[in-house]
Amino acid sequence: MTRRMGAAALSLAGILVSAYLFLYKRGAIGTLACGDGGCETVQLSTYSAFLGVDVALIGLLGYAALLGVSLLGLQPAWQGRRTVGTLLTVLSGAGAGFAAYLTYLELFVIHAICRWCVASAVIITLIFVLALLDRRRSTQP
Amino acid sequence: MAADAGLTRFYRLLSAAAVVGGLVLLWLVWRPATVSIPANVVVTAADTAGFRGYPLGAESAPVEIVEYADYQCPACQDFELVQFPDVKKQLIETGRVRWVYRDYPLDNPHPFARLAAHSAACADDQGRFWPQHALIYSGQGEWSVERDASGTFHDYAERNGLDLAKYDECMQSARHAGRIQASYEIGSRLGVNSTPTFLIGGRLYAGRQSSDALKQLVDSLAPVAAPAP
Repeated sequence: MTRRMGAAALSLAGILVSAYLFLYKRGAIGTLACGDGGCETVQLSTYSAFLGVDVALIGLLGYAALLGVSLLGLQPAWQGRRTVGTLLTVLSGAGAGFAAYLTYLELFVIHAICRWCVASAVIITLIFVLALLDRRRSTQP
Repeated sequence: MAADAGLTRFYRLLSAAAVVGGLVLLWLVWRPATVSIPANVVVTAADTAGFRGYPLGAESAPVEIVEYADYQCPACQDFELVQFPDVKKQLIETGRVRWVYRDYPLDNPHPFARLAAHSAACADDQGRFWPQHALIYSGQGEWSVERDASGTFHDYAERNGLDLAKYDECMQSARHAGRIQASYEIGSRLGVNSTPTFLIGGRLYAGRQSSDALKQLVDSLAPVAAPAP
């Protein structure tokens, strides 16, 4: 249960980070609090959209799905069931893979680091680790 | 039972974090614009001393064209993107015209015109007025619809290679507000009341002019000398 709580809390953090970047992309919040211009360079690059959809929006929807699954897994009927862990593992695994691809783009293609994107990459990786542990410890199918 | 209590406490904490995070995002969206350039400034002698607009072209050019324009005005953008490249090539770079750009921000329909003018003025401090000017005009469709355009102008400053610390300090201080207002007042005194308006040979020409019309006008004011037989 603690692992699913952790996944839920991290998913909420991911939602807030993604929402912040998405609002910036939509021109709703002016400049990004970033420390240097790296965030803006990344967010204004052509790689900030994937198949025509803002990467920040993809993150927002992904984290919302993870939060939903984590909270579902805390309900008495679903506690201890491996299905929740499997779903969390698949979702967060895909998210971590996507985050790894984006980090590669930042380092080797765009040559700029967006700290908020790094924060998101760390969050999704932690959720993935928790999901793996949850799946391993779950006793019911 | 203890597990239930723990879960309840967790839900409360998660809800509180969601509310706090949501409120922070709302504050970021609804906070006042980070920079605003006042219009009701008293123009001082220092605002106009040595400043007659942003020039382009040879000082010795026989004709001077002063353009009064507003960065948020679509007709000004159209002139800048469609006609001005030809004007620059045919009249300015050939030494026939000295171009002077002056701000004439129409605040009521164009809330970011003065901010844009100030962004260009801050770029001018670093000798990069014209690239900033071009970026602002070409991005008009982007920043015009924003709640706070200062972030986009900041991005342009970065793209323009400006020293961002100096640029930010310039924008925050709004130190060129008087210069912009002075340009507006001088234009109004001359009879400018719409943008773009061009002052050529002591006469005002309102509205977007074609490069051909400007060329004809310049030809009439300063005919090109016929080659010696």
